[in-house]
Amino acid sequence: MKRPRPPTWLERQRYLLDFTLSSLGRRKGKNLALAALYTLVVFALASVLLYTQALRSEAMRILEGAPDLVVQRVVAGRHDLIPGDRVERLSKIRGVQEARGRLWGYYYDASARANLTFLVPDRFWGKPGEVVIGEGVARTRLAVPGEPFPVLAADGEVVVLKVRETIPSFSELVSSDLVLLSEPDFRRLFGIPPGLFTDIALTVPNGKEVSTVAAKIRGQMPDTRPITRAEITRTYEAILDWRSGLVVLVLAAALLSFGIVAWDKASGLSADERREIGVLKAIGWDTSEVLAMKVWEGAVISLSAFLAGLLLAYFHVFVTPAPLLAPVLKGWSTIYPEFRLTPVLNPFIVSTLFLLTVVPYTVATVVPAWRAATTDPDEVMRS
Amino acid sequence: MIRLQDVRRVFHQGRPDELVAVDDVTLDIADARITVLRGPSGSGKTSLLALVGCMARPTSGRIHVGDREVTSLPEHFLTEVRRLTFGFVFQQFHLVRGLTALENVMLPAYPLGGSRKALVARAQALLDRFGVGARAHARADWLSGGEAQRVAIARALVNDPRVVVADEPTAHLDSKLSAGFMDLVAALRDEGRTVVMASHDAIVYDSPLVDHVVSMRDGRIVRGEP
Amino acid sequence: MILHPSVLALVGSALLIGALLLYSAYWGARILERWDLSSGSEVQLGLERRTHLVSTLLGYVLVFGIASLFLFVFTADSLAPLFTGAMCAAGSLKASPYGYPVLLLQIGGFSLAGIWLIVNRADSLGHDYPLVRFKYRFLLAITPVLLLEMMLRAAYFLDLKPEVITSCCGSLFGTGGRGVGSDLAGLSPPLAGGAFVILLAGAVAAGLLFRLVGRGGWALGVLSALLLPVGLAAVVSWLSPYVYELPTHHCPFCLLQREYRWIGYPLYGALLAGSLTGTGVGVLMPFRSIPSLAGTLPAYQRRLAGWSVGLLAVLAALVAAIVAGSQLRIS
Repeated sequence: MKRPRPPTWLERQRYLLDFTLSSLGRRKGKNLALAALYTLVVFALASVLLYTQALRSEAMRILEGAPDLVVQRVVAGRHDLIPGDRVERLSKIRGVQEARGRLWGYYYDASARANLTFLVPDRFWGKPGEVVIGEGVARTRLAVPGEPFPVLAADGEVVVLKVRETIPSFSELVSSDLVLLSEPDFRRLFGIPPGLFTDIALTVPNGKEVSTVAAKIRGQMPDTRPITRAEITRTYEAILDWRSGLVVLVLAAALLSFGIVAWDKASGLSADERREIGVLKAIGWDTSEVLAMKVWEGAVISLSAFLAGLLLAYFHVFVTPAPLLAPVLKGWSTIYPEFRLTPVLNPFIVSTLFLLTVVPYTVATVVPAWRAATTDPDEVMRS
Repeated sequence: MIRLQDVRRVFHQGRPDELVAVDDVTLDIADARITVLRGPSGSGKTSLLALVGCMARPTSGRIHVGDREVTSLPEHFLTEVRRLTFGFVFQQFHLVRGLTALENVMLPAYPLGGSRKALVARAQALLDRFGVGARAHARADWLSGGEAQRVAIARALVNDPRVVVADEPTAHLDSKLSAGFMDLVAALRDEGRTVVMASHDAIVYDSPLVDHVVSMRDGRIVRGEP
Repeated sequence: MILHPSVLALVGSALLIGALLLYSAYWGARILERWDLSSGSEVQLGLERRTHLVSTLLGYVLVFGIASLFLFVFTADSLAPLFTGAMCAAGSLKASPYGYPVLLLQIGGFSLAGIWLIVNRADSLGHDYPLVRFKYRFLLAITPVLLLEMMLRAAYFLDLKPEVITSCCGSLFGTGGRGVGSDLAGLSPPLAGGAFVILLAGAVAAGLLFRLVGRGGWALGVLSALLLPVGLAAVVSWLSPYVYELPTHHCPFCLLQREYRWIGYPLYGALLAGSLTGTGVGVLMPFRSIPSLAGTLPAYQRRLAGWSVGLLAVLAALVAAIVAGSQLRIS
């Protein structure tokens, strides 16, 4: 018996892959339906993951610039304005480098039907009577530099400010809804008397002292609530993770039905396909080769559905404003101005998605594939 | 030489629907000769053909292909022996629909690897030899019965096997095409190939080209030499 | 319990892969019990066909095992902000007593699955299933390890409570603390580094010898098997400070991050794959005398040794590049 040169693994796999592709092509209808469902599942899960990851990194970006410690005054369990004399008392606590009173608040803009954040920055570079606005505000108000910017003050009068410039944004979630203005204008608009602040921000250079400082403040000023940056971070994380986890759990039902459909498709071979595998076995293909072909088939379907789903989700989340997801995941005010997320895509998201979708598909199809591959070689002769 | 010694093939062993398809068959198949297994349907000739072609393992007994004992080989190795030694032509030709004639001929060689260019050339040469070279790029489902059979024969030969096994090869052919088929078979023998066929068609088993006819009934050989 | 999509992915896939494994082990036991190669019965044929299924399943277990290993580290990394004091995966793993055992079991289980696949490949080279009994006993032996890992993985995530105060990687892998991490970091860097370099050189030399002359297979096996734990320890105690250019930073996980050019992936990949293929050569040594393998096994081992030498050479090149390119000098 002559034996040809043993085939290299690669050559053989190339032939098998070629055959797999042509075989998939010949059964477009059946495979397209499954691939479409697969893509849909990947799309849904990828949208959730991309969206939360993007929100998360936006949140982290905001928090990077957040003060180490914020002190709020609490009256009857509710956040209240804090007197300015506390600033000096707080700055004397050991470990605190700087304390400063902050003024900020929300304003419901009836004309744009959106909630805006008004903030007095550390050093406002404009003149009183001027505002600097975020891109989201500029979009909804159609305001350009030099235009008037009318605002309804707390006493019912309309105060007309002037737009000085818009802030170019590195992260839209941070600055989109922002209106920066001078301290006198802020106090005039919201009717806050001098000497009162929204809260007090502390700079504590040594990270290890933050909790000690917080404990001291709680002792010295029982009517205040010190909040550390780490606590805010943790809360954000927990909420985002929990929300997306919940959505994934809901999608688990979809995942399960997808697995069942995949299993059903894989085990319910068409007569045509059964016959084809029988012929391959009869003319000299081994079980391992038919199985390899089936593995290739799964890999091709998985890979294309995976890529298509991921691309669609990327488009959905980062190019369009995620119309299908935003209401569930964004979570805060739905009248928040429209913003665009900074794209995030990393191995973490891809591997999560891989385990969530490819594993169920593979587990569902491996036994049916094996069963098909072990068709008796002489079966075509018996029929 | 292919030697079968006391070979039995039993389906559904130990169950109520147990079926003895091949019963104690001892048979030598000579090299470079045409051997025909004849008998009514259900006589076990197709099952015997499957055993000869290493498509299935006997329930008991021994089979030697050349000087190699194949009965105890795992399926994987049996497949390897089979695809290097045997070429198969089936009753309904069993071409894969949707593939072209050329691709069908190439199929048995895929698991063997090797250069694609050489394979295409080999397959095309075989199609040319059997007069269907012009139909190489026609899809298998568009071929006529005679063309399909020629493509099937070309497919059987693509790995250059020493033995060609054919199951009821003339069942779907008219008399003229059947006679033509016997001429092709004779040509294969003259190249030094062994041909084993199962048939209950007189054109086949009464043909003067056949060297050896084995008659079967109920899974047993009823008469050795004609 | 933390309801995080990655946690769900890890726990869900552990359940599915665990089911695959149990199914394989069931058929492994059946094969051990009823295997009779001399029989031509349909039962025997069925069992032989099951072997294809079991090896395909184990292949998937290996692939998904690698994916979950990475995802596990990523997830631990991304959960870090939930634990006071945790700054990367090192801290989140410390947040539960199951964390580090899960990681070690994952590496161990995935290595065992890899060795199983090497043995399985060797078995298919002989025409009479020469390793079938060894192979399925081995399968039954590693199944509990893999299942234990998956159970602990689920337990780890169930056990995590976001309030737990853990340490950041700086203090966990710092030299002052206690526990496995600090013990590793506290190993004298020249000692760990020296042992690693000597083992690596030895394994490459043995691999080359085996590849060229066909001798030294046992040495290759033993050296590569030792190389995996020693290499991981050396990365923590000796190599990582070179990457971070900080003599006190010993975290094995930050290597996987963008800031360090993802150097951890090729580094760990070459270490794992190189030591696995080398160990495979050693594991197959006793079977060279089996008649049906005598003709084919040595060639397969040489191929494995070639892979091992190539991968370990890549590893050596990476290590050399890291040490040479670093600003840090350890005297």
